[in-house]
Amino acid sequence: MDNKEPSLENKTVESIPAVTIRFAGDSGDGMQLVGTRFTDTSALLGNDLATLPSFPAEIRAPQGTIAGVSSFQVQIADFDILTPGDNPDVLVAMNPAALKAHLDDLTPNGMLILNEDAFEEKNIQKAGYKTDPRTSGELDAYRVFQVPMEKLTKEALEDSEITGRAVLRSKNMIALGLISWVFNRPLEDTENWINDKFKKLPEVADANIKALKVGYNFGITVEAFHHTYVVDKAKLPEGEYTNINGNIGLSWGLIAGARQAGLELFYASYPITPASDILHELSKHKNFDTITFQAEDEIAAAASAVGASFTGKLAVTGTSGPGLALKSETISLAVSTELPLVVVNVQRGGPSTGLPTKPEQSDLMFALYGRHGESPLPVLAVRSPSHAFTTAIEAARVALKYMTPVILLSDNYVATGSEPWKLPAIGDLPKIDTNLTTTINTEEGFLPYHRNVETFARPWAVPGTPGLEHRIGGLEKEEGTGNVSYESANHQYMTDMRAWKIANIANDIEPLEVTGDEKADVLVLGWGSTYGSITQAVNRLNEKGIKVASAHLTFLNPFPDNTGDVLSNYKKVIIPELNTGQLIKLVRERYLIDAIGINKVNAEPFTAQELYDGIEERINE
Amino acid sequence: MSKVPINYKRKDFQSDQEVKWCPGCGDYTLLASVQSFMAEMGISKEKIVFVSGIGCAARFPYYMNTYGLHSIHGRAPAVATGVSVSNPELSVWIVSGDGDSLSIGGNHLIHALRKNVNLKILMFNNQIYGLTKGQYSPTSEEGKKTKSSPFGSVEMPFNPMSVALGAEASFVARSIDMDRDLTAHVLEEASKHKGSAFIEIYQNCNVFNDHAFEQLTSKEGRVANRINLVHGEKVIFGAEDELAVTIEDGEAKIVKRADIDDSQIYVHDTTKKNPSVAFSLSRLSHGPYGPTPVGVFRQVERETYNEDIIGQIESAKEAKGDGKIEQLIRSLGTWDVN
Repeated sequence: MDNKEPSLENKTVESIPAVTIRFAGDSGDGMQLVGTRFTDTSALLGNDLATLPSFPAEIRAPQGTIAGVSSFQVQIADFDILTPGDNPDVLVAMNPAALKAHLDDLTPNGMLILNEDAFEEKNIQKAGYKTDPRTSGELDAYRVFQVPMEKLTKEALEDSEITGRAVLRSKNMIALGLISWVFNRPLEDTENWINDKFKKLPEVADANIKALKVGYNFGITVEAFHHTYVVDKAKLPEGEYTNINGNIGLSWGLIAGARQAGLELFYASYPITPASDILHELSKHKNFDTITFQAEDEIAAAASAVGASFTGKLAVTGTSGPGLALKSETISLAVSTELPLVVVNVQRGGPSTGLPTKPEQSDLMFALYGRHGESPLPVLAVRSPSHAFTTAIEAARVALKYMTPVILLSDNYVATGSEPWKLPAIGDLPKIDTNLTTTINTEEGFLPYHRNVETFARPWAVPGTPGLEHRIGGLEKEEGTGNVSYESANHQYMTDMRAWKIANIANDIEPLEVTGDEKADVLVLGWGSTYGSITQAVNRLNEKGIKVASAHLTFLNPFPDNTGDVLSNYKKVIIPELNTGQLIKLVRERYLIDAIGINKVNAEPFTAQELYDGIEERINE
Repeated sequence: MSKVPINYKRKDFQSDQEVKWCPGCGDYTLLASVQSFMAEMGISKEKIVFVSGIGCAARFPYYMNTYGLHSIHGRAPAVATGVSVSNPELSVWIVSGDGDSLSIGGNHLIHALRKNVNLKILMFNNQIYGLTKGQYSPTSEEGKKTKSSPFGSVEMPFNPMSVALGAEASFVARSIDMDRDLTAHVLEEASKHKGSAFIEIYQNCNVFNDHAFEQLTSKEGRVANRINLVHGEKVIFGAEDELAVTIEDGEAKIVKRADIDDSQIYVHDTTKKNPSVAFSLSRLSHGPYGPTPVGVFRQVERETYNEDIIGQIESAKEAKGDGKIEQLIRSLGTWDVN
């Protein structure tokens, strides 16, 4: 770096509608932090945004290798966006492995910022390059900016109390500072955040702020960065906004659901990626009378929730795929005892331990059918972080109103990705009815299986209520009395009743809504986290004059009442899923429609372009 | 827990369901003992919950006119934890068997005991799988021939008292189905105890493992082999009170009183913080064979899981006030779009 005075004489600022930036580095390089800080600052500036964090399952995977690369992608825009962007316009690569892992995605002529200090022979080889990619010509298609991030960090912290290897921990702040300059983001919010985060370690706070500023000033000083960009405020609907990911939205929805029902929340979980953050979030909010129980295992988490439900709580247990398998027997107990229970499954790549930090939608069949016996229950899916809030409330409503366990599906993409959320008016949240009772319900006394004639829900008499003492359990029960019954006709009746009770919920949920071209004869039907990509792809197709519509299911069981009618309006139904075809089987079986799938399980969400191409191809088939 | 003056009779705790254990099963005596005790306990019955897993013993809640939940195999401690934590006013009882508690449910048992959840766990130990018709259990003696071990079991059994004490259970006791007085005493102590109580009750399965406890229940056996542990008293036993227990180098030993001075006899103290002595007493027998201690092994006070959970909620409310959704959804910072 030369020592000339910073000058802004030749600075040009270009206004752009949107940009997608990807930060990539070793899993210990702090890329998630840099991405989150950039995102939060952009949110405060009023951009619309969406994020895609991606990290290895190992906490500190082997340094300098492709397997150890962690990345964070964010799209910021001055208009309403639904995805974190397909291909980054800007790639920040902290080492050769990060470059190798992500270069293919960078748009041609994209901005490539390299930490040049990491391009030593050893690291270049570790990344799998035979020769230095910076001189081999393979970067010719991009605008390359080499930044001595480690050298700058060391210089910045020369007078700091931080010494030795710890100094380099702040190099991510150089990257953040520089990107903040390039995209005209003020540093103030991040400085406040750092000061708050390291309240007890002022020397660490100081070091990080110094590095942040040096990164920013590097942009000012170096002429190469004098062409900067600004993304204006998005024209979002008026209101107050916050930035949430799916796990946060879901957690808050559970707390709100309990409040709307006048109950206290009991959340039981065993730590598992990527669901643990729900446990972390809920355990912060004990002043909502929320009990969080970190159980000894997945089964205990589900079992304690059944106990809490029997005792009158809004009982919830959360997990990810392998944990859902372990909870299966207990969920069947809740089906049989007809107790309200919300089971959250944040899906990840399977089978078995699979890909713990990658998104997949492959537990749909398991959610619907993964229990012994005839064991029907409602299944809902979350499509976006803000939808997680409302859907968690809806799951609670259905569980409590119909006295049934409910499976609420999320996935790693929606759980860890974030977006701005327009805060709802609390007064507009739905009121939730429960079946709690304190009175004897028949002339024969209290009968725990004497049902509500409309919902077929049984009464919910909880311990502590005088005069309503009763026993329930996993053995088949006699309709009405709830006493153990091995009588054949009763078992037939109870099996039919349990199925009918769930099927009947179809009348009590939002109908399937269609968006997109009204004259379309092709419908794209989706569920869960593919919502953003599908909607964006369909919008683009419509803009190109291609007639296609889309619909997105929140309830996978039961399907909304109008689903059959909607589907029969179209000549072609296309179903994109991050699995090998699960919803498509349900649709074919239920509605006898020869739907066409778009399927993949490559550990990545669909890009909008991928779906654009896939839908167009299937339309033309 | 509030005690209320209620004039209950045993029949107030009998449900209208026909009891369906095999004729002659030890469970009948235990059901009678528990129902009688509930009438004495002084807790109104809507506040009593019986939770069970699977097995013969697990049918127990159906026969109690209280709240009851017959759950799944091995999981009763986890289910009951949810019940107890959700409403600390409740008196929560688990009825389980040796297979339910120590085989499929071993994990939940030790964790409930470790956490000191306010639960009273009755484990009816008949040393056999009854409901599945006679396979060896985790407490069956080595060499036991059953349908699933025709050449004899090759497994070393659990010593349930040692397991519970190893998990640092705050209340650990043993009784015998036939001994209604001892059972009543142990239930009384357990009900007064704050936190988890683990009670092993030797229970005869007259169909698949008859006479398993004869050395403790026969006329001669009961006087010769029962070592009654009574807090504050010297541990002396035998037909002629000729035997005693001493603790030497931390190890419990059976000695002839004639060989020692009476001052060397161990005076039972259930309240020792360190569970080592109680554990050592549990090692005097490895099943109901020969001299076997019965009664309360350990009864110590420590914070219950329930109190701590509620304590944290109370302090959070004191510090932050009652939670408001309006504040919650703004907790990560907000911005306005105009």
